Amino acid sequence: MIEFEYAAPTQLDDAIKQLTAAGDGARVLAGGTDIIVQLREGLRSADLVIDVKKIPELTQLEFCGEQGLHLGASVSCRRIYDDENIAAAYPGLADAVRIIGGWQIQSRASVGGNLCNSSPAADAIPPLITYSAQAHIAGPTGRHVVPVEEFCTGPGRNVLQQGELLVALTLPPQPSGSGSAYQRFIPRNEMDIAVAGAAVWVQLDKRGERIERARIALSAVAPTPVFAAEASEWLSGQPASEEVFAKAGELAKRVATPIDDMRGTAEYRTHLVGVLTKRTLATACERART
Amino acid sequence: MSTEVAPDNTSDTEQPATYKVIGTRPIRHDGADKVTGKAVYTDDLHLPNMVFGAFVRSPHAHARIVSIDTSEAEKMPGVLATCTSADLPDPWDKVDNLGEGCVNYAHLSGNVLARKKALYKGHAVAAVAATSSHLAQEAARHIKVEYEPLPATMSVLDAMQDDAPLLHDDLITHTLGDEPARPSNISSHIQFKKGDIDEGFAAADVVIEREFKTATVHQGYIEPHVSVALWNEDGRLKIWTATQGSFVVRQQMSELLKMPVSQITIVPCEIGGGFGGKISVYEQPVAAVLSRKCGRPVKIMMRRDEVFEATGPTPGSFMRVKLGATKDGKLTAGKAWLAFDAGAFPGGVIGPGAMCVFSCYDLPHATVDGFDVVLNKPKTQAYRAPGSTHVAFATECVIDELAEQLEIDPIEFRLNNAAQEGTRRVDGPVYPRVGLVECLQAIQKSDHWKSPLTGPNRGRGVACGFWFNCGLKSSVAANVNADGTVTLVEGSTDIGGTRTSIAMQLAETLGITAEDVIPQVVDTDSVGFTDVTGGSRTTFATGLAAYEAALDIQRQMVEQAAQIWECSPDDITVANGVYQGNGRSLSFKELAVQADKVGKPIVGRGAVDPQGSTNAFAVNLVDVEVDPETGKVTILRYTACQDAGKAIHPSYVEGQIQGGSVQGIGWALNEEYFYDDQGHMRNASFLDYRIPTCYDLPMIDTIIVEVPNPDHPYGVRGVGEVPIVPPPPAIANAIYRATGVRFRELPMSPPTVWNAIKGQNTGE
Amino acid sequence: MKTHVTTTINGGSVEFLCQPRQSLLEVLRDELSLTGCKEGCNNGNCGACTVMLDGLPVNSCLVLAVEAEGAVIETVEGIAEQGHLHPLQQCFLEGAALQCGICTPGFLVAAKALLEKNPQPSEQEIRFGLAGNLCRCTGYDKIVRAVQAAAQTPEAQSPGLSKRPGLLSRTTQTEAKSL
Ligand SMILES: Cc1cc2nc3c(=O)[nH]c(=O)nc-3n(C[C@H](O)[C@H](O)[C@H](O)COP(=O)(O)OP(=O)(O)OC[C@H]3O[C@@H](n4cnc5c(N)ncnc54)[C@H](O)[C@@H]3O)c2cc1C
Ligand code: FES
Ligand code: FES
Repeated sequence: MIEFEYAAPTQLDDAIKQLTAAGDGARVLAGGTDIIVQLREGLRSADLVIDVKKIPELTQLEFCGEQGLHLGASVSCRRIYDDENIAAAYPGLADAVRIIGGWQIQSRASVGGNLCNSSPAADAIPPLITYSAQAHIAGPTGRHVVPVEEFCTGPGRNVLQQGELLVALTLPPQPSGSGSAYQRFIPRNEMDIAVAGAAVWVQLDKRGERIERARIALSAVAPTPVFAAEASEWLSGQPASEEVFAKAGELAKRVATPIDDMRGTAEYRTHLVGVLTKRTLATACERART
Repeated sequence: MSTEVAPDNTSDTEQPATYKVIGTRPIRHDGADKVTGKAVYTDDLHLPNMVFGAFVRSPHAHARIVSIDTSEAEKMPGVLATCTSADLPDPWDKVDNLGEGCVNYAHLSGNVLARKKALYKGHAVAAVAATSSHLAQEAARHIKVEYEPLPATMSVLDAMQDDAPLLHDDLITHTLGDEPARPSNISSHIQFKKGDIDEGFAAADVVIEREFKTATVHQGYIEPHVSVALWNEDGRLKIWTATQGSFVVRQQMSELLKMPVSQITIVPCEIGGGFGGKISVYEQPVAAVLSRKCGRPVKIMMRRDEVFEATGPTPGSFMRVKLGATKDGKLTAGKAWLAFDAGAFPGGVIGPGAMCVFSCYDLPHATVDGFDVVLNKPKTQAYRAPGSTHVAFATECVIDELAEQLEIDPIEFRLNNAAQEGTRRVDGPVYPRVGLVECLQAIQKSDHWKSPLTGPNRGRGVACGFWFNCGLKSSVAANVNADGTVTLVEGSTDIGGTRTSIAMQLAETLGITAEDVIPQVVDTDSVGFTDVTGGSRTTFATGLAAYEAALDIQRQMVEQAAQIWECSPDDITVANGVYQGNGRSLSFKELAVQADKVGKPIVGRGAVDPQGSTNAFAVNLVDVEVDPETGKVTILRYTACQDAGKAIHPSYVEGQIQGGSVQGIGWALNEEYFYDDQGHMRNASFLDYRIPTCYDLPMIDTIIVEVPNPDHPYGVRGVGEVPIVPPPPAIANAIYRATGVRFRELPMSPPTVWNAIKGQNTGE
Repeated sequence: MKTHVTTTINGGSVEFLCQPRQSLLEVLRDELSLTGCKEGCNNGNCGACTVMLDGLPVNSCLVLAVEAEGAVIETVEGIAEQGHLHPLQQCFLEGAALQCGICTPGFLVAAKALLEKNPQPSEQEIRFGLAGNLCRCTGYDKIVRAVQAAAQTPEAQSPGLSKRPGLLSRTTQTEAKSL
């Protein structure tokens, strides 16, 4: 690895100052499961690596039924699924953080890092999109909020400007009758990168029979994780039935623009979108009822 | 779950012997070191003043090397030496057998460091030594190599075409017939014939011919290649390395560096897996040259991507197999046309592939044509039963189809035609007593076979496999200690518990416990020549050497006893480790304590070179479930049955069977080198080259059949390799029953399976 | 430039100097001679380098050594208690759960963490929990069984072990030695 310097500020302001001062050569380190690999393989370079895990705001994890979830940017996957209340309230997110790497990866990898790495195949991003999560960003010019749906701009690229940090993600509270799920397809059963993934969030009517509102988001089938608007909107008012799930899957395929690569052909990936959307819808509706 | 079965037809004269040590499960001697992190693997060494090496590798699949400029790297502070092929002596065209395949030293030298051309992406071109591994990697980026890229050829059939880009302009096909006038990428054409196939096929009622393809796969050992070299001022070279055979490393180093073997010491450290891939040298000669140039010990450890891209995977292949059978289920003839890629240099594993293609069956008429083809991939190497897994995939799938067409149970069909004592293989040898029939019968009797498989999208498959197993040279020395224990000095590196399986044979012979033997794997200066740990030979051949050493010790003990008891050695009897004579009786231990006080030291020696093969057969049974929407295959239940001859340490025999089966499962379902159109491997990591994780598998049930090998005192056949052979066809046959589609290409990965199911549904 | 780092490793206080680019794996192995943790891939894919960092299993190849300031680290070298193998180590030996042994330290550290979190895991829970550790030799069968067997030992079932009473006493011992 090329030599670099290391800083572990304990204040957000200091971090931003250091980030701004170092300019192009600064890299943020959260769990390190992407950035250390990329630095080692020469895919990215750094003069200064700024460890943000000592900044209290970034490691804060707070959940309450009324306010929703405040998820510090560098909170590890493991802390999320270890909290039974959070896992129960946001099962789609829990599905994703349970399958990012193995246990060793999950001890370190953060959802914020997953988002900022902005891989098209990132597992945590589609569920965040389905919850309409907000990304709280701080930088030299102050703070602002961006919907996660608009955060990624291309493979490995996002809205963060030089000197900016992701501070936290907020997820709205979950009304009763809502449910969510995430599934990806991989050839192995663990330790693999998604060939395609689908996250679903639904709100069912009181009897649990009809879908009032739904949000579907996909991974690994476009340059960024994508929100499947048409399929989501079409689902409003539809009965929660297998035929409807399958139809939604067909509609979701329309936003898939995958490439052929070693993980699968475009045709196969598009097909998987249909299958996964159908399956996650069924799971999410099932969860919404209980 | 493991079952051991005595074969049904064990004849009366072959009452299973009762052993005290053999067949028990002692804790391995190196176990405590390995579970506490104390065992010393090569990368654990840190010699005083040691520096680190790194490679510069070709970014092209095929390119002429125009120039190499090391000057900028050499100016960097902390950089101590650089090295290119110019630092290696001019190679000679000499061919040697390394135990699991032959090597031509000119090719080997050119593989270690590319000469005029880089022949595959990742081909080593230069190297550098520096005071830290980070610095060495950085310096490697400052070595400037100018390339002239050339068109690459990446598949075996393409490479065989007349207009394919040539890798070696002096490569003339080696063939039994007339040598062709022009060079090509076909390095050899071998042929075997038995009987008259026209007659054979004419007698058949059903003839099936199919084509098969398999992808390049890697052994996937978890420990990367790593060595430390120290070239002393007195001209002596010492190398610590992770190798399957310290003596074959010495032999290769001697030839490549043109120095006598006596000047070279190889110290085998603990080795983190090999499976055939750690026999050829890669980084060892380069570390040696760098050490000579900078006068300090040099460690080179490959990165994982280098292991994938630049060490020997096992070939991809194209195969055509045709078999005929009569209505009543007798095979009449077989024909095979096999082309294996050798990688960038000649000498792949087509030889054993061609010999194994019909090895499980009694075929009256057969011909086999095999082609060794060079192309722009890393030089291939052995991988557990090299070549046999490929051909079993082809043959066992055709056999399954024949059985189906003839409406004969797949196991009955195989039993009808199984190779047995007296069967002549297509390449000539006639089998002595072998255990295929017994394995098939054991599977028929298994709970697995008897339990019906129910449910949609599920299927059950069966397949057989064969591997020769070899003998070759082994030596041991055994010293009796004053406390009655025995130190066993051996040259076979221990990859999976062979210290113990060899020690157990010494212990059994002497009538002592396994714990009373202290096995040590030593360097090439400290024991006699010993071939590689490979070819499933170690427990068999080094075990035989240990048996001989034990008999040697016993002779000396008898002499000592005679001296102590003042009688003739002829009056002394030995049974179960108890020495009796002149009315007295002492155990081995007691006698050893006394002998230590009176006589000369007792040192046993064993040196063997058994010829021929010991012939291992295996039969696997597998249940799968296929997700029709995604094409993903789940292994529901797996039973692997194998003839071990005699299982010395049943736990480690089971372990070999389970580990080999799982490698075969990986090969069947997901493992492949994925190349882009530039000939670059796109999945050179353990995340993307998908070896199975424990979450992908069920337990692997084993059935050990023991049909003793007539050529070993305890009946050992060797067990390490054949387990990998049956899984791909067994799984293909199971997937067929689950989906109705026959798969003839490996891997049967989800996209492939989905595509085929879809094609079937839409009638494509 | 080197950074000074103070940590607790296997119960003893340890200080070292390192460059920021050095991984924890590299420092443990090359600087501190704790070569029990192994390098199989150096990119988080194989688990051979697994150590405990502040009570959680991590791939030490994906941790910068400088991050370990103030951290509590446990490696395979710290699993055996004062001359006694841990039940997992004993079960690995008795169950022949290792062949070449290169993956074994990583499996032991991960399996120990697993049992401490879930003392009675099902077969599937064991397989899921250990999916970040690759083994190419054993086919995993005997590893899974060894973990199952260890979970059945009386030691593993007493809560004392998971709390590691030995930790404290060993710390004292290390300190005493260094006086
Ligand atoms: C073996 C292995 C398996 C993996 N499996 C999966 C998988 O199954 N699914 C999956 O989605 N991913 C997977 N990954 C990728 C990775 O683990 C995840 O993307 C993880 O969530 C990244 O989080 P991190 O905290 O480790 O990020 P880091 O590596 O610390 O950071 C990632 C990127 O985000 C930037 N960054 C981090 N935090 C901030 C911040 N607060 N503000 C601004 N920028 C920031 C960093 O500079 C870097 O560019 C795997 C990785 C490995 C090594
Ligand atoms: S070496 Fe760290 S995970 Fe492989
Ligand atoms: S025992 Fe060799 S990798 Fe696991």
